[in-house]
Parts: sequence; structure tokens; C-alpha cells
Amino acid sequence: MKSITNFFASLGSNVMSAVQKLGRAHMLFFQMVMGMDEILRRPSLLIKQLYYVGVLSVILISLSGFFVGMVLGLQGYYTLSQFGAEATLGVMVAASLVRELGPVVTALLFAGRAGSALTAEVGLMKATEQLSGLEMMAVNPVRRVLTPRLFGGIFSMPLLAAMFSMFGVLGGWFVGVGLLGVDDGTYWSQMQTKIDLHEDIYNGVIKSIVFGVVCTWIALFEGYDSTPTSEGLSRATTRTVVHSAFAILGLDFILTAIMFGE
Amino acid sequence: MTHQRHLEMMVGVFVAAGIVALFFMALQVSNLGSISDEEGYNVTARFDNIGGIKVKAPVTMAGVKVGRVTNIEFDKETFEAVATLNIEKRYDQIPDDTFAKIFTAGLLGEQYIGLDAGGSDIYLEEGSSLQLTQSALVLEEVIGQFLFSKAQEGSE
Amino acid sequence: MYEDDDSPLVKIRNLHFKRGSKVIFAGVDMDIPRRKVTAIMGPSGTGKTTLLKLIGGQLRPDQGTIEFDGENIHALKTRDLYKLRMRMGMLFQSGALLTDINVFENVAYPLREHTDLSDSMLERLVLLKLEAVGLRGARDLMPSELSGGMARRVALARAIALDPMMIMYDEPFTGQDPISMGVLVKLIPSLNEAAHISSILVSHDVRETLEIADMVFVISNGKVVDSGTPDELHDSSKQWTKQFIDGLPDGPVPFHYPAPELEEDLLGK
Repeated sequence: MKSITNFFASLGSNVMSAVQKLGRAHMLFFQMVMGMDEILRRPSLLIKQLYYVGVLSVILISLSGFFVGMVLGLQGYYTLSQFGAEATLGVMVAASLVRELGPVVTALLFAGRAGSALTAEVGLMKATEQLSGLEMMAVNPVRRVLTPRLFGGIFSMPLLAAMFSMFGVLGGWFVGVGLLGVDDGTYWSQMQTKIDLHEDIYNGVIKSIVFGVVCTWIALFEGYDSTPTSEGLSRATTRTVVHSAFAILGLDFILTAIMFGE
Repeated sequence: MTHQRHLEMMVGVFVAAGIVALFFMALQVSNLGSISDEEGYNVTARFDNIGGIKVKAPVTMAGVKVGRVTNIEFDKETFEAVATLNIEKRYDQIPDDTFAKIFTAGLLGEQYIGLDAGGSDIYLEEGSSLQLTQSALVLEEVIGQFLFSKAQEGSE
Repeated sequence: MYEDDDSPLVKIRNLHFKRGSKVIFAGVDMDIPRRKVTAIMGPSGTGKTTLLKLIGGQLRPDQGTIEFDGENIHALKTRDLYKLRMRMGMLFQSGALLTDINVFENVAYPLREHTDLSDSMLERLVLLKLEAVGLRGARDLMPSELSGGMARRVALARAIALDPMMIMYDEPFTGQDPISMGVLVKLIPSLNEAAHISSILVSHDVRETLEIADMVFVISNGKVVDSGTPDELHDSSKQWTKQFIDGLPDGPVPFHYPAPELEEDLLGK
């Protein structure tokens, strides 16, 4: 009897704390968005974050995109050639990249590279009392520290995803056309007839913007809400990567169902 | 200050590269270059059976894409399918007795509408309709006919 | 302007504060005078830092009020609270310098933030503040290149950048070598004197604190257990104060954490 009540009590307290955490996360998001005028007043804050979040991820993202494109080219070629449909290799590579792999893999890499760094940075600023220090200097740390990072992430993500897809298409072209002998003109023309600007590319960009919001939000919240100890920080960083990955894949399913479902 | 300058420059390059990538996707990968919905003119074609044709299926002439299917309707009176074809503006000298057929690209490929030019001096324009059409080839019917004729051969 | 004003600068009434289920303050009353160095002492973990955060409006009390210069801190709107904070400076235990900008920019930060000074004016002001803590030469160093004592002095220069009415020092002496300790012991009262600042000092370093404080509050178990000038505390008849000031290992605060009898633990029952 006692173990049953204990079970329900612990279930209840877990749910309660999860709901509270969700509430805090939404409050923080609201405060960050409300601080938007800060980056209009001081664009240099945003530029700095675009550098740390965006520029420093370019090489990782471009290279990964190229490799993923090469793998798609290779795998696609072997499968399609069994039906004599190598001509559609370009379509397969581009559709996979633009619709799914571009936004999703970019977001996953982003969570691992920029997201974890953001959590660690913000968490460390909290642990070393820099956030409290700003507050006591009558500077709102959410607006000053978090808002530029949030928008840096939101702006960077679609640009990074576009680079990923572009390098992926080129990687597929390199393998398909360069190494396996698919016709150059067919590769591009098939792609162009089948990939739709609105349906595929716009939707891909919208996906990556959504992922940008969610990944950066999770990273910043985990840092801001972390327990200011070394253990707390390492847990927060892990949570950032894990929660981001879940959120990206889950949201990807929902967005795909909304966008491409009929 | 030089540090700040460097930062700004790198971010500028980053944003420019991102936009280039977006344009690349729009122009080189997607159909933005070949799409021209508003530019063309619409003609209709009636088919007994439209087969697997969908909206946005290509319309070709001598293998060259000249337009797209923009609408498909069912005519309640005549029990025919009415397809609206949007032909690009630059192809404005297509004779009005042109023959529209439904083809399949390869055995498993998707279906498209092919136009065979006629000999008339009057050209198609907005609102014209194609009189001569050939329906889609339905594989089951073809096999059915083949078997039927074989059976007849056998009984003779 | 406030020279004749003898009303307390900070007035704490019936302060209650809990962290989780742990009671930190259970009814604290305190009057912190103007233009004096007021020390708040007590063993570790009695919530001295929490008290500073409550005064700074970073935490909300569960019950009771804190007034700063006649204004109830926790009844203020956010905007007014931020305005009020411009009149307070706080020196954090770790210094809390922003690690991505150098010493000069750290001290200039609140000035850039809250004033429209010209660059030359700003530079002159920052150098003066750095001179006051003896670190004008360290202006181009990054916080990671500073020793703990220097970081704390830079933080002090930053805390006085806006010429506040009051500075709160959070454990300024902890973890300092004797020389930096000596520097701080000299700096705090001289700043107080020169700029007519009121200081609140939170510490458990008895000797240094009693040397510079004008007024001392001793807190323990969520209450003020003793208060007065350093001399009064030295002569205090209260056992608890004696133990704390003289650093006796045993007394009203037992040496042993509450535990069953030793024999019971060792020999089993």
C-alpha cells in the first residue's frame, strides 16, 4: 500500500516539476523575445553572436553537407540503377536534402556544436555571478545576454541549412556525375523539373527557422536554468543536446506531416 | 577595434554566403528558372480517360517541355476529363489542330501530355481547346484486349 | 545633501525567507545607517549573501519589507527597481567581471550602459576609478589574467563607477592572501570616507571586519543574535557572540554536528 502511494507521489512530483520547468522555459522565451528592441539598439551584440553561432559553424556544416551528399549520390545510384532510373539521381539527392536532411542534420549538428557551447557559456556566466553582476549594474541579463544569442541562432540556422543543402547537392553531383558517370545535364534538369520552389525549398527554410528557434531556446534555457556547479553544468549541457535532438526529430515529423501531407 | 572589424567582416561573408546558397537552391535546384505560370496562355483538352496525369504534370512538344497541366476537371455532361494546359507564352505558334496524347515516361515513369503539331494556319490562343486527343493507355485494358484477341484466334 | 539625514539607509522589518523547505531568515529586523561601514557577520551558511541579494531585489522575501532610502524595494516596478540599482553597487565574491572584455571595458560597462558620456570623458572617469583601486596599469588585461585580489579590486572600481550611495561587499576577504587583504582593508573605509558611501559588508573574517566596521550585526539561525559597535561586541556578555568573535571551537554552536552517541555508532546497539 505504501509503495503504491509512494509511486503516485513521485510520479506527481515529477510531473509537477516538469510542468514548472516548462513554465519557466516559456517565461524566459517571452522575456527574450520582448528584449528584441535591444538588438535593434545595439546591432553589434547580434553581430558578435552571429559570428560565434554562425560563422564558426560554417566549415563543419559545409563539410558535413558535402559528405552527406556524396553518400546520397552513391547509395542513390546503386538503388536507382537497378530500375534503370539513374537519371533521377539529382532529384533524389536534392529532394532528400532540401526537404529533410538539410534542415534536420544541420539542426542536429548545430545543437551539438553551438547549442552545447551556448549552454556552457550561459551556465558559466551564471555560476561566476556574471548574470547577477549585470543585474546589480541595472542591466537586464536576459535582454543583454540571452536575446542576442537567441536571434543569432534563429538567423544562422536557415543560412547554415541552405549551405548544407547546397554542398550536399554538389557532393551528390561530384559522386554521381564525376565518378559514376550520370549525365551532367540530366542531373540538373531532372532536379529542376521535380523540385518545387514553394513546396520544397520554402518549406525547408521554414523548417530550419523553426529548428533554429527551438534549438537556441533549449540551449539558452538550460544554461540559464542550470544549477551553478560543475555537475549541474555538465548535466545541463547533456540535456541541451538530448532535448534538442528529440525536439528536432519530433518537430520534423509534425512539420513534414503538415507541409507535405495531403 | 580591428577585432570588431574582423568580426563584422566575417559575419558579412557568412550572411552573403548563406544568401548565395539560398539563391543557388532556388535557381539551380528548383524549378524557379522554368516556372512561368502567369506568363503563359491556357488551352483545354478533353480526354476519355486521363490516366495518371496530375496537376503540374509537364506538357511537351517533340520532347521539349512547353507548359504544365494546371487544372483537371470532370465534365458531368459528357463524362470526359477536361485538362487545362498552361503553355508558355513564347510558344505562340502552335496550330489549333494539334493532337494531344498522354504518354508515360518509361515503363514506371510518370505520365505527361505530348503535343503533336498539326498543319493548320490558325494558332492556339487563350481559351482555345484541343479537339484531337488520345486517352491514356491503361495497361489492364491493353492486356485484356491482347488476351481477348488471342482467345479469338484460338477459337477460329 | 543627505548629510543631516539620520534615518537608516536600509530598513529591514520582520524579514522571512525560505529556500525550499530550509528556513534562512525567520524574522530579521535591521537598520543600516548612512555613511557608515556596517558589517553583517555569522557562520557560513547563515544566508549572508542571500541577505544582500534580498536588498538588491534579486530575491523576494516571503514576508516582511526591505526599504532602501525610503522605498520599499519589493513593491517597485521592474523599471524603477533597475533605476534604484543604479544607486547601489555590489562587489561579488568572485568579482563577477565579464570575461570576454578587458579591465577597462569592464569598468566602463556601467557608464556606457547608463550615461551618454563622450569617449574622452568616459576614459578619464574609468582611469580615475582604476587609479582609486591602484590598477590603472592593468587596464588592458583580460579578467583571466588577473589574480583573485586584483579581480576583486577591478570589480570594486566597476561598483563605484556610477558613484552609488551604497556598496555591498560579499565576503571581500575570503580567499585573499594577506597583502590583498591588507589592501582591501585599507580601501573599503577610505572609499567610504572619500565618497560618502554607505557600505554593507558581509563576512566571517572577524579580525578584519571588526577593524573597519562602524556597526556590526551578528546573525545565526535566521535571526539577529547580537548587534552593536565592534567594542560593544568585544565586551558582549552573550556566549554565542564570544564564541564567534574569539573563534572558540566549542560553545553554544557545538563542534559536533548532531549525531547519536559515539559509542552507539561504533559498537552498534
